[in-house]
Amino acid sequence: MSPETAATAAYIVAALLTVMSLAGLSRHETARAGVVYGIAGMTVALVATVVLAAGSLEAGAVALLVAGFVIGGGIGLWRARVVEMTGMPELIALLHSFVGLAAVLVGWNGYLEVEAEGAAQTTVAPELLGIHSVEVGVGVFIGAVTFTGSIVAYGKLSGRFKSRPLVLPGKNVLNLGALVAFAALTVAFTITPALGLMIAITAVALALGWHLVASIGGGDMPVVVSMLNSYSGWAAAASGFLLDNTLLIVTGALVGSSGAYLSYVMCTAMNRSFLSVIAGGFGVESGTASSGTEDGEHREVAAADVAEMLAEASSVVIVPGYGMAVAQAQYGVAELTRKLRDQGVDVRFGIHPVACRLPGHMNVLLAEAKVPYDVVLEMDEINDDLAATSVVLVIGANDTVNPAAMEDPGSPIAGMPVLRVWEAKNVVVFKRSMAVGYAGVQNPLFFRENTSMIFGDARARVEDILKEL
Amino acid sequence: MRIGVPRETRDRETRVAATPATVIGLTNLGWSVTVEPGAGERASFPDDAYREAGADLGDPWGADVVLAVNTPASADLDRLADGATLVCRVAPAQNADLLASLAERPITVLATDAVPRISRAQSLDVLSSMANIAGYRAVIEAAHHFGRFFTGQVTAAGKVPPAKVLVAGAGVAGLAAIGAASSLGAVVRATDPRPEVAEQVRSLGGEFLAVEVEQEASTDGYARATSEAYDARAAEIYTEQAADVDIVVTTALIPGRAAPRLLTAADVAAMKPGSVIVDMAAGMGGNVEGSVPDEVVVTDNGVIIVGDTDLAARLPAQASQLYGTNLVNLLKLLTPEKDGELVLDLDDVVQRGMTVVHDRAVTWPPPPVPVSAAPAPPVAEPTASTPVTAPAKASPGRRYALIGVALALLFVATAFAPAELATNLTVFVLAVVIGYYVIGKVHHALHTPLMSVTNAISGVVIVGALLQFGQHGPAVSILAFIAILLASINIVGGFAVTRRMLAMFTKGPAQ
Repeated sequence: MSPETAATAAYIVAALLTVMSLAGLSRHETARAGVVYGIAGMTVALVATVVLAAGSLEAGAVALLVAGFVIGGGIGLWRARVVEMTGMPELIALLHSFVGLAAVLVGWNGYLEVEAEGAAQTTVAPELLGIHSVEVGVGVFIGAVTFTGSIVAYGKLSGRFKSRPLVLPGKNVLNLGALVAFAALTVAFTITPALGLMIAITAVALALGWHLVASIGGGDMPVVVSMLNSYSGWAAAASGFLLDNTLLIVTGALVGSSGAYLSYVMCTAMNRSFLSVIAGGFGVESGTASSGTEDGEHREVAAADVAEMLAEASSVVIVPGYGMAVAQAQYGVAELTRKLRDQGVDVRFGIHPVACRLPGHMNVLLAEAKVPYDVVLEMDEINDDLAATSVVLVIGANDTVNPAAMEDPGSPIAGMPVLRVWEAKNVVVFKRSMAVGYAGVQNPLFFRENTSMIFGDARARVEDILKEL
Repeated sequence: MRIGVPRETRDRETRVAATPATVIGLTNLGWSVTVEPGAGERASFPDDAYREAGADLGDPWGADVVLAVNTPASADLDRLADGATLVCRVAPAQNADLLASLAERPITVLATDAVPRISRAQSLDVLSSMANIAGYRAVIEAAHHFGRFFTGQVTAAGKVPPAKVLVAGAGVAGLAAIGAASSLGAVVRATDPRPEVAEQVRSLGGEFLAVEVEQEASTDGYARATSEAYDARAAEIYTEQAADVDIVVTTALIPGRAAPRLLTAADVAAMKPGSVIVDMAAGMGGNVEGSVPDEVVVTDNGVIIVGDTDLAARLPAQASQLYGTNLVNLLKLLTPEKDGELVLDLDDVVQRGMTVVHDRAVTWPPPPVPVSAAPAPPVAEPTASTPVTAPAKASPGRRYALIGVALALLFVATAFAPAELATNLTVFVLAVVIGYYVIGKVHHALHTPLMSVTNAISGVVIVGALLQFGQHGPAVSILAFIAILLASINIVGGFAVTRRMLAMFTKGPAQ
């Protein structure tokens, strides 16, 4: 057994552990075990690689490697500890950008090791040099798109950038042009591996990543984050091709394809074409067709009225949205749930597949507040029961409960599946003001006869209701 | 449209498919209701009460929808209008002939006892609501025949020990029996092949007698047939218990099969005189040797075996109310617009499951209930390192064409690639497919943890940087070091955040 064969064996073990990790993560019962497998797989891979690398390094260099990992790991652990659950999407977007940047650096190193040395290089057999150059180009390209794309997504999610889609004239032509330019540059780079071409490829990719995400509206961010997750996987796989490293190819491809599938699932939930979301089509169409300017009388109620309504209800469905996360109202909501359930009221949650900014984000917030997950239902599970529900509490959700999606074919969100809360006997909407939601569409729900509005910070209002109960 | 509620004609049947309270529920859905005079008489619902609730009295058979408890006699079936919908109990698994004869008529039949066992359909599950009543009544029957108290007492006239009750089978009926018996004060024990019900038994005040043999977990909510080793051990337990307890209530039924034999004649002979056995499965072959359907048998050693099959019907008002409410819930499903217009959606698993006859064809058994939504069209095979996205709702022809093109491109790319690259491509393609299938059934609540774990995993790019470090001059090493730093933030951060999130997911108390 040489260090090389040992490393290969360790990589196979690590790859299998990764598969088991993903499989475990798809069910509640096995999710924790899945994380353990993932950590084990990563540890095996790292140890094997460090041992392999240490063979040709001095002790000082190895120490530096370990130091780099410890510092990075420390930063990661600290961020993971302090992050608010509502800040999760931003953190994940930021982490994606790190993978992207790391992939760019690995790609550049590939260039510096091989192409930059010219005829003097010995790392790659001469007849494989062309393929190596293509791999460098592709690896840097995907990495750079992931990097800037994730930075923009992070900026939009954390409110540092405006969430409105950037509309440049001929943006599809720009995207397509960038792809064509990339292909042409890569071909040129393969023929004559010049530093200038390498820089050009990187620059085109950085610009494309930026533009792709900048032109997607804030409402589609969940899909974007999951798509970038997929890209970060493809970037790792591309690095694997470059370094001829099977582990990188396998894990990268696993992450890439699973991320792509997740994005696809979410697009189906929003009734959007996958391609049009990636190309930034959604946000723009809504600008022209906005017929949802319907206005009317809305009815405001006080916390005491809501408390009375809840006390008399036999069944209550809570539909949370991003507003609940922003107001950090999930603890109050959980307390409300517990109290009502103790009084024999059937309380359930209806979660729209794209509620909040990340798929499943709502479940995480509710779980954090110790809402039992068996009363948290998806849209399809609860939609038919809404008509028989006494009270629906809509807390900080807007577009996901908009009847216009089903009733007004001219609406920008027409055809998007929504929670049919308006069928319930009473609907109480918690909202900061009468402002429109993310999609920029007015919501006729607020003007329905069975709807009452309660304005203000959701957390404060929920606590008021708790006091009155 | 009109709903008809006939008077039940079957012997010993006391129930009625609608009560005055459920008539109101039906009218709220936009239906007009005709009740046959005297329909609710045996359940203590006089005709006047129906009239006050808004129903007409008259001939129910001409209505568009007929709600009944049992399958009507064939003379009554002849009076049904063409295209009418009949809702009643059919027991489709046991009555193939009946189904065939129903299918000869131009009617649709919904079987109230063929509701799929999924959470959404619980509110229309007649089997559950009737089993609940029957389980309660079984204990009441046992108490009626039993010559002693259920509860233990210390009185001036001496000490009375509590009765010991064994309930076999902790399904809905069994649990109802356990609850009723323990609230009467008896010492209650229960058996069931599903170890997961132990908690429910205890919550009702019973003691769970576990059969310590490996068992498969039930996936459909019903008890399964059991293994040989299990049966042997269970038989021992029944023999031991029979000699000890005063009352046995057996509720063991396996869907579509004869009831399992739990107590043999020898077990019964070992029981104390005056003991009572209620065999709730007597109509399905009996759990107890010597039980006779609809009869009370006294054995030679003075053990009373009750074989009543109409236990639910012995609480006519209660049973009618629950059955009627189940039907109101069904009609809520069938009249989505609340306008009294019947809309049968055969794509809905609940409605499809209950429809046993439609368009002059037997439509039972239904296709199996899918566990989750059908998987989306597969992600097309990637051709190079760029992701190829799945086509949204492509027509089959277009989909095949796309898959064909993708495969052809893959073939060309691999065929012209050198051997090293070809190996990598093979690994790559297989990993892509695995990635797709592995998360194909992910629970929606786990999307975020899954994403953060895959995010941590994609930090594996660190391996590349580690291998490049120190191999090729300072510039490479510096870049590699930065890459290591960034990727390790990702790895550790990703895993840590996932663990934090998962630690929050807790399951609520069993309901």
